[in-house]
Amino acid sequence: MENKIEVLDLNAGFGSTHVLKNISINIPKNRVTAIIGPSGCGKSTFVRCLNRIHELVPSAWVNGRVLLDGKNIYDSDVDPVDIRRRVGMVFQKPNPFPAMSIYDNIAYGPKIHGMKAKLDEVVEDSLRKAALWDEVKHRLKDGPLSLSGGQQQRLCIARALAVEPEVILFDEPCSALDPVATAKIEDLILELKENYTIVIVTHNMQQAARIADFTAFFLMGELIEYGETAQIFENPRDKRTEDYITGRFG
Amino acid sequence: MNMLSRKAMDRLFTFFCIASTALAIIPLGSMLYTIFVKGFSVISIDFLTKLPTPAREAGGGFGNAIQGSFIVVGIASIIGIPLGIGAGMYLAEFPNSRLSRIVSFTADVLTGVPSIITGIFAYLLIVLRFGGFSALAGGVALATMMIPFIVRTTEEAMKLVPAELREASLALGAPRWKTSLAVVLSTARFGIITGVLLTIARIAGETAPLLFTAFNNRFWFDGVMNPVATLPVMIYTYAISPFEDWHAQAWGGALVLVAMILVLNIGIKLAAGRRW
Repeated sequence: MENKIEVLDLNAGFGSTHVLKNISINIPKNRVTAIIGPSGCGKSTFVRCLNRIHELVPSAWVNGRVLLDGKNIYDSDVDPVDIRRRVGMVFQKPNPFPAMSIYDNIAYGPKIHGMKAKLDEVVEDSLRKAALWDEVKHRLKDGPLSLSGGQQQRLCIARALAVEPEVILFDEPCSALDPVATAKIEDLILELKENYTIVIVTHNMQQAARIADFTAFFLMGELIEYGETAQIFENPRDKRTEDYITGRFG
Repeated sequence: MNMLSRKAMDRLFTFFCIASTALAIIPLGSMLYTIFVKGFSVISIDFLTKLPTPAREAGGGFGNAIQGSFIVVGIASIIGIPLGIGAGMYLAEFPNSRLSRIVSFTADVLTGVPSIITGIFAYLLIVLRFGGFSALAGGVALATMMIPFIVRTTEEAMKLVPAELREASLALGAPRWKTSLAVVLSTARFGIITGVLLTIARIAGETAPLLFTAFNNRFWFDGVMNPVATLPVMIYTYAISPFEDWHAQAWGGALVLVAMILVLNIGIKLAAGRRW
């Protein structure tokens, strides 16, 4: 199995706060990898280091290596803008651009990257991949805020797909959604792993068990245990992992 | 406290609030009423479209002053809106830079500068340098007043845009400048447009900065480097004159000015309600 991302001794934080401590982990290609752990354990900071969004916050710092297809994305000759196109992100709260139509939300990314030809096709294709096309094809010129929360989140997924990323990071994508919308997003993630490498941060352990091939357990900024999802949930090696998944804390 | 006295207290307090509101509205109502009663009889097509006539000569109007007000406010807008929005964007995007702190402090100070002082500024900058009163000098004086207000409203409107939208754009690989313009500025545009229109309504009635910049003129607009009549200065000139018929015309001018500002304000309210 090929690794899409290899993280080596990653440390990150804000000012004097040390959030991530010596994280080393391999993310396999075309698989779903879940990051679980209690609030404040550094899950979000970790995925935000994978597309260089973390460093945009004032006082944020990061060191260590993150290899994407073998190339360190923190090398000085790497353009973070290029990394962010290759590693897409879907956020916790659906965040479509309110001042743009549904169509323009999708077309925004491709236009930035000069993919001006066949824009209509890119928009349709992205919406189809995000399982949203049939629901919005007659209202592409409408604003995105008329959509439901689940539809907005799928719109955000379509927007991320439109720039043709290789990896998609999901930062608790369902925490603001109802169970039906959550099920749709989970089905979608399982479809997307055919073509994309997926990392998903989740608070919901059942969700990790349902969709992830691999699961990593973070605690206080450290990677405690990482392995196949079934092994983590059924046969954890570390006492702390067991305590967390059996609900003793967190 | 028993229930009766609690209700009585409630009533008393409600009455106090209503009475205060009524008292606060009285000056506005009384002013609008007086201007309407005294000004309405003067208003005619001639008054709105003709040049002023000498005192005690019937006919004539404030046509040139109405035209001049639009021109001077227009010049002020051309200078003030882009500068104000640009500086406001800078403050919102780089809140912690040293320059931001300086600009922010300067905007606060400028907001509090008496309007006559901005007139002196434009007088020194334009009138003395180019050797005469001019529409341009009036526009610069009003722009100086506009800028701090537009800087503040732009900054506030842009800061209200959630950080998640900015991140969503950056996570798509958009450069920062593109994110600022295409996402943050466009999301904040309603707030900015409202702020700009309110600022225009606010400066349209300014008199002091125009007294020794745009000055006054008995004729039509004659180029930006020449003095020009404006409604506020015309009202001022007519109101302090010794002639009865000029006093009447000053009321007419006041009514036109108030009506224009009122229409602008009502337009802003309606537009804001409909979210454009």
